[in-house]
Amino acid sequence: MSHEVLSTPVVDTATTPPDRAHSRARAARRRRIVVAAARVLLLVGVLGLWEVLSRAKVIDPFNFSMPSKIWDQIWTWVTHGTALGSLGEQIWYTLYEALLGWVVGVAAGVVFGIALGRITLLADVLGPYIKVLNSIPRIVLAPIFVIWFGLGPASKVASAVVLVFFPVFFNAFQGAREVDRNLVANARILGASDRRVTLQVVIPSATSWIFTSLHVSFGFALIGAIVGEYIGATKGIGLLVAQSQGTFNAAGVYAAMVILAVVALVAEGLLTFAERRIFRWKPANSDS
Amino acid sequence: MSADTSPAIELRGAGKTFRTPSGGLHTAVRGLDLTVRRGEFVAVVGPTGCGKSTTLTLVSGLEEPSEGEVLVVGEPVRGVGDKVGFVFQQDATFPWRTVLSNVMAGPRFRGVPKAEAKRKAQEWLARVGLSAFEDRYPHQLSGGQRKRVALAATFVNDPEILLMDEPFSALDVQTRALMSDELLELWEGTGASVVFVTHDLEESIALADKVVVMTAGPATVKHVFDIDLPRPRKVESVRLEARFIEIYREIWESLGEEVRITRERSAAHVA
Repeated sequence: MSHEVLSTPVVDTATTPPDRAHSRARAARRRRIVVAAARVLLLVGVLGLWEVLSRAKVIDPFNFSMPSKIWDQIWTWVTHGTALGSLGEQIWYTLYEALLGWVVGVAAGVVFGIALGRITLLADVLGPYIKVLNSIPRIVLAPIFVIWFGLGPASKVASAVVLVFFPVFFNAFQGAREVDRNLVANARILGASDRRVTLQVVIPSATSWIFTSLHVSFGFALIGAIVGEYIGATKGIGLLVAQSQGTFNAAGVYAAMVILAVVALVAEGLLTFAERRIFRWKPANSDS
Repeated sequence: MSADTSPAIELRGAGKTFRTPSGGLHTAVRGLDLTVRRGEFVAVVGPTGCGKSTTLTLVSGLEEPSEGEVLVVGEPVRGVGDKVGFVFQQDATFPWRTVLSNVMAGPRFRGVPKAEAKRKAQEWLARVGLSAFEDRYPHQLSGGQRKRVALAATFVNDPEILLMDEPFSALDVQTRALMSDELLELWEGTGASVVFVTHDLEESIALADKVVVMTAGPATVKHVFDIDLPRPRKVESVRLEARFIEIYREIWESLGEEVRITRERSAAHVA
């Protein structure tokens, strides 16, 4: 304590002039502007270079297309619809498959993860099988699902589910295993039954593990839906890609990619928003 | 007190042996004989790592004894009962619950209706001086405040037996003295029996009616000292009294030897 008193004349923080705080705020604002400007500049630079190189035929415009054509393609799809119907319908179709697959996969992953994390016998029995299933490259299942479930949405939902299940499962399992033993002991002393311990201690403390996997897994759900559509479908963005490719329309392939990226970003944003609401109890510095 | 005059806690030749990860057996405590009367404050001191905490887990029902008997209010312990409260060394507040919800947890787990649980929780929060912090989350509190939440969450269940495992060891010295005083105040109103494990002899004398010295591990009871300092006590002032120092010297003679043994053993391990 006493050495703090000694150092006070040197660093007098109590009487910091207000303009110092002011200038610090201004510097922070300036930095933000610089970062934003650099980002825009980078985007414009890359797109511009692509456009110029493609127009000058340095890179093959047939293969690589160019930003202006991609934009035209998106615009055409938006205003006149695609060959398969309106663009909104294609997006909705893909999104619907991905969302359904994601929800089912997450629910199954969480339930199995928590159950195996809590019940050691179950984990010991099923453990090796889950490892085997996990080691199968699950994308090869997509053609099988098309055979099983046909060209409709069911086959895409199925491939989304198998892609989503495993990361969520492993995170939930790990989360349930790594619950602070003190918290469990405390809950039991306070009078919690086994069921309450699972519901009110294990699941809440596993949620941060589960949420980490939700971010990744929504991407996986989209991949599952798209790959399924690419292999065989009647509607969807994946089919749009396949069709554009079939008609040598490079701009169409890129345009579909752009649309997918936007969809994924919006979903990611919604998820982050939900996470903020749920994790209000966490110290601010731990969610980066 | 009721006609039932059995002591609050009775350990009869209790022992606990753990299986170590490498497959060996580790005896934490053996041949424990200890009686805690109702309303008595017993402090347990011993060298670090001697098995003091294991004694508490046996009484709480979190662990079963490998040998001997553990009785709480005359009945053998079978799993976690509803008579026991436990304040842990580490933070054991639920980080996703607000302060109020943390204190309500015990009564809610035990099936008390929500409104009544809330009323009781608010009463205890007022008693530990945290009424203004009801809606905060544990990470927004200081270490001392979190310990207060833990105390309120334990006392709200009206435990007949209060087990405390070095509860204040993570706090700074001033906060510690303050919390000790608060604990005495809270406890004096309840009539609960307390077993308070610590490695701090001063703390144990200042708080307890009886100080139990444990031997170096595997731990067993070496000696029990009665502390005849008058109550109510103030932790900061009582340790300056002549009688306190006298008791301290007497107990240290017994405890110091065990500490020395532990130290020599660990030195031999290193060599």
